[in-house]
Amino acid sequence: MNKRTLNNYLGIGILAAFLLMTIGFLVVFLVRMFYKGLPVLSLNFIFRNPREAMTAGGIFPAVAGTFWLTSLAILVAFPLGVLTAIYLSQYGKPRWLVRTVKVAINTLAGTPSIIFGLFGMAVFVNLMGFDVSLLSGSLTLAILAMPMIINATEEAIRGVPNDFSEASLALGATKRQTIMKVVLPTALPSILTGTIISIGRVAGETAPIMFTAATFYSRRLPHNITDEVMALPYHIYALMTEGTKPEAQVPIAYGTALVLLLMVLTISAGAVAIRFSIRRKRKW
Amino acid sequence: MVNSRINTENLNLWFGKNHVLHDVNLSIYDKKVTAMIGPSGCGKSTLLRCFNRMNDLIPETRIEGRIMLGEKDIYAPKTDITKIRAKVGMVFQKPNPFPKSIFNNVAFGLAIQGKYSKCDIHSRVEESLKAAWLWDEVKDRLHSSAMALSGGQQQRLCIARALANSPEVLLLDEPTSALDPQSTAKIEELCLELKKSVSILIVTHNIAQAGRISDYTAFMYLGQLVEFGKTEAVFTVPGDKRTEAYLTGVFG
Repeated sequence: MNKRTLNNYLGIGILAAFLLMTIGFLVVFLVRMFYKGLPVLSLNFIFRNPREAMTAGGIFPAVAGTFWLTSLAILVAFPLGVLTAIYLSQYGKPRWLVRTVKVAINTLAGTPSIIFGLFGMAVFVNLMGFDVSLLSGSLTLAILAMPMIINATEEAIRGVPNDFSEASLALGATKRQTIMKVVLPTALPSILTGTIISIGRVAGETAPIMFTAATFYSRRLPHNITDEVMALPYHIYALMTEGTKPEAQVPIAYGTALVLLLMVLTISAGAVAIRFSIRRKRKW
Repeated sequence: MVNSRINTENLNLWFGKNHVLHDVNLSIYDKKVTAMIGPSGCGKSTLLRCFNRMNDLIPETRIEGRIMLGEKDIYAPKTDITKIRAKVGMVFQKPNPFPKSIFNNVAFGLAIQGKYSKCDIHSRVEESLKAAWLWDEVKDRLHSSAMALSGGQQQRLCIARALANSPEVLLLDEPTSALDPQSTAKIEELCLELKKSVSILIVTHNIAQAGRISDYTAFMYLGQLVEFGKTEAVFTVPGDKRTEAYLTGVFG
C-alpha cells in the first residue's frame, strides 16, 4: 500500500469518526430522553391537570398553553412575514430601505431570545399594558418567528423561475396578478415548510415567554388572551429550579421534555413530508 | 397589397449607456410570417421584446422613436401595457408553461382580464388548443399538470396560451431551439397555418427555418436592421454583403 492510498484511508477514517461522534451524541441524547421520560408518559399525563404542587398529575395546561402561544404567534407572524418578504423581493424600492430592513431582519434573527423576552416585557407587558398574558407572549414569539418566516419566504420566492413571471406578464397580467396567481402559488409549499420549521422553534422557546406570558402554575386553562398561561418549556424550567420535592419533580420534567420533543419532531416531520411531496411533483 | 400590422419608426434603444438598437425601421405585415435572423447579440430578441414592451422590465432601458401597432403608438404615455401585451402575444425560447393544469394555463390570459364567463373561457380554451394542434393530444387530461407534457407539447401549449387572448401579432423568440427536429417541424407547419389569422414575427438562429416558413426576412447585425425584404429576394439576391456573408456561413 503506497502513501497516497494510506492517506486516503486515513482521511476518510477521520471524517467517519467525526460523523459517528455527531450521530452518537444524538443517539445518546434521544435514548436518555426516552429512558427518563417514557415511564411518566401516558395519556393521563398529557391530558390531566397537575396535582399536589406539581409533584403529581399531568401537564395539560402546559400543553394547551404552548399550543395557544405558538398558534397565535404564527397567526401574527405569518401574514406580516410573508407580506414583508413579498415587498422586499418583488418591489424593493428604495434600495436603501430594503438594505436597511434586511440588515435589521438578520440582526433580529441573530438576537439571543432572552433579549426578545426583555423587549416583550418592556413593550407589551408594561408600555402597552397587556400584562403578563397569552397576548404579550404570543406577540413576543411572533417577533422572534418573523425573521425566519421572512427569510424562508424570500428564499421561496427567489426559487420561482423568472420564466413564470415573464410568461404571466407577457399574457397581459399586471404585476399584482403575477405575484398573486403565479409567484405565490408556486412558492407556497416552500413558504409553508419554512413556516413549519419556525413553529417548531417557537414552541420550544423559554426565554421570550418567561417574563411575558408564562406562569409556574395555573389551576385552569387559559380562557382568553389576557390570561397567564403555562407552557411546556417554562414548565420544565420551573420543575427543575423551583419547588421542594425534586425526587418527584425531575421525572415529570423529563416527561414534559419528551412531550415537547415529540411535538417538535412531529411538526418537523410534517415539514419534511411537505418538502418531499413538492420534490416529487415539481418538474422545472 | 399587404397591410402592415406593426411599424417601427427610427427606433433606438439603450440599456444604460449601451446603445443596442440603431434607427430600426421595420414593418411586420398582416397575416405574414416575418423572420428575424442575425448572429447572437445583434439585438434580434431585444427588438422582438420592444413589440410587447417586455424590455420595460429591464431597469435603465431608454427608447426613442415610435412603434405603431395599427394606429396606436405603443410607447405613448398613458398606454395600458397589459392591453398591448394581450394584443401582442409572445412565446419564449424555453417552453415555460405555468405549474398549473393544461386548462388553467390556456385560460390564464382570459381569467386575469376578469370579463369572461366560465362558458366563454371553456370554449376559447378548446379553440386555442385546437388552433395550436394540441387538442387531440390533451383533451382527455385537461386538468392534469402541464409540466407532464413533452417539450414540443409544452411549446404548443404556450402558443395556445398566447392565442387564447386572440392576439393580432404573435412574437416567437427562437421557439424551436430547445426542441427536437420532429417537434420543430410541427411548430413550423403550425406557423404556416396560424398566419391565416395572425401576424407572426419569429426570431431564429436557424437560417433554413427562416427560409422554410417566412414570407419576409429581416437581417440584423450589430443592432442595425441591415436588410429587410421578401424572403426569396433576401435569400437569393441579398442586397448587402453582410447579409450574403451571414447566409452563406462566413460568420455567425
